[in-house]
Amino acid sequence: MSAGTFTPAAGAAPVSRMILAQTALETRMLLRNGEQLLLTVIIPALLLVLFSAVDIVTVPLQEGGAEKSVDFLAPGILALAVMSTAFTGQAIATGFDRRYGVLKRLGASPLPRWALMSAKTLSVLVTEVLQIALLTVIALALGWSPHGDPLAVAALILLGTAAFSGLGLLMAGTLKAEATLAAANLVFLLLLVGGGVIVPMEKFPAAVQSVLGLLPISALSDGLREVLRHGSGLPWGDVAVLAAWAVLGLGAAAKLFRWE
Amino acid sequence: MSNDPAVEIRGLVKRYGPKTAVDGLDLTVRKASVTAVLGPNGAGKTTTVETCEGYLRPDAGTVRVLGLDPVAQAEALRPRIGVMLQSGGVYSGARAVEMLRHMARLYAHPLDVDVLVERLGLGGCGRTAYRRLSGGQQQRLALAMAVVGRPELVFLDEPTAGLDPQARRATWDLVRELRADGVTVVLTTHHMDEAEQLADEVAIVDAGRVIAHGSPEQLCRGGAENTLRFTGRPALDLGSLLKALPDGTEAAELTAGVYRVTGAVDPQLLATVASWCAQHGVMPSSLSVERHSLEDVFLELTGKELRA
Ligand SMILES: Nc1ncnc2c1ncn2[C@@H]1O[C@H](COP(=O)(O)OP(=O)(O)OP(=O)(O)O)[C@@H](O)[C@H]1O
Ligand SMILES: [Mg+2]
Repeated sequence: MSAGTFTPAAGAAPVSRMILAQTALETRMLLRNGEQLLLTVIIPALLLVLFSAVDIVTVPLQEGGAEKSVDFLAPGILALAVMSTAFTGQAIATGFDRRYGVLKRLGASPLPRWALMSAKTLSVLVTEVLQIALLTVIALALGWSPHGDPLAVAALILLGTAAFSGLGLLMAGTLKAEATLAAANLVFLLLLVGGGVIVPMEKFPAAVQSVLGLLPISALSDGLREVLRHGSGLPWGDVAVLAAWAVLGLGAAAKLFRWE
Repeated sequence: MSNDPAVEIRGLVKRYGPKTAVDGLDLTVRKASVTAVLGPNGAGKTTTVETCEGYLRPDAGTVRVLGLDPVAQAEALRPRIGVMLQSGGVYSGARAVEMLRHMARLYAHPLDVDVLVERLGLGGCGRTAYRRLSGGQQQRLALAMAVVGRPELVFLDEPTAGLDPQARRATWDLVRELRADGVTVVLTTHHMDEAEQLADEVAIVDAGRVIAHGSPEQLCRGGAENTLRFTGRPALDLGSLLKALPDGTEAAELTAGVYRVTGAVDPQLLATVASWCAQHGVMPSSLSVERHSLEDVFLELTGKELRA
């Protein structure tokens, strides 16, 4: 290198450029990881195809006979996709970023912490858009006929993302990376079964139902089903549950998250 | 450029629970100089450096980096410093060049990434994920990441740990060039030769304090004693030699026929030893004066036992 190559010319890039670059990198890291893809794309797609084709769980279809099981399943699978990215995927990835000192190293770069968190959120949203596009195509091919207001759907998904991100970051910022990996997968599995994703809530005893109904996954799958299946307006009960989780989760994460 | 120091640490104390990692440390780093911080494992080098980088809040004392408080004024400081952590700092799935390009995007006037990649031999890392890179490749990437933003001051925590001789030379050349271009460098190392080669100023840290500092020459000259070695007949009577030598000088037969005299070795002492040899009919088959290396100084100051 010629003389003067390293002559100091310090300065941060514009924050918008930093966030854009960080979002692109975070998204690439998510999409490059095989286990993450299994969780966020392959499992939801497989469940959708499998349970639409085979009557493993009898789905309570509406009178009249025009409804297919995909009409019940698709909203639940979309809720699952949101959970897999915003909660499970984000918790695991962030847990390992913390463990490998990535969060620490970026903490000494010009990128402010709030910008890093914004970029992480944006990369979750980008991934969700890709997931939803893919799952919608599959569901439509299986004969899905969605109803309702797309804006209500978007509002539910954004609230659900906020709720799950808060819980995922809380886990990643407080537990060890290995513990996060195990716990996030376990929670994913439990919520998959108990959150009205593929197993209708009516299958559980009434007392259990009222507890399960307060889970973020139940609120999201129920809310999406109200809109997409029955064409209802914004289901305020589910919105309230998701909002409460979002406030609790993000608040606790902001307080307890440890960067190293 | 002003003459204010790049780094000024006064009475720094940092505790981890009951353990005091840094215990009243003072250090001043001149602008555009290379300072090497030496010290045994656990001496508090990383803790000190990470306090300067704004990661840790001092329990007592003051730290000013480029005139700023690293914690309270972190946002203003971060773009101006480059950081190489002792380990890690990269996404486990990221490729070397990808990560370096990303770091470059966070700065206003970064270096040319391709040139830096070539310079540090990172091109060979190809599409390999960070977690599968060799230790030396990971180190070189971390070094590149520290300088890519064209900082005024870089902190390098053991930049050459685990490097092969070629990579070590490449790192030394880079540090020299940084200095020549006006960048201030603070590095920690366990290699005395590295400190001797690179540093304008050496600070030896032990148990959380600076126990000696100065240029490598000053440290080797001052404090430490020098050695004269000669070979002759075995079992010479050293008592008469000691009588002829000034007080505080020691003489010993290391192995049969190999003698060592330690003390203030000056021309007078050399003459005394030579005339004593002549009196005793000894023809020294070899005679050498050894200047103490930084390593001797280091061991003398910090003791030879292994630390807990
Ligand atoms: N996070 C921590 N929690 C508790 N103790 C710590 C922590 N970090 C460092 N220490 C202790 O503080 C002391 C100084 O550690 P430090 O890492 O600064 O040493 P060092 O000089 O960099 O050593 P090395 O040459 O091994 O890198 C050590 O005794 C270490 O065990
Ligand atoms: Mg260290």
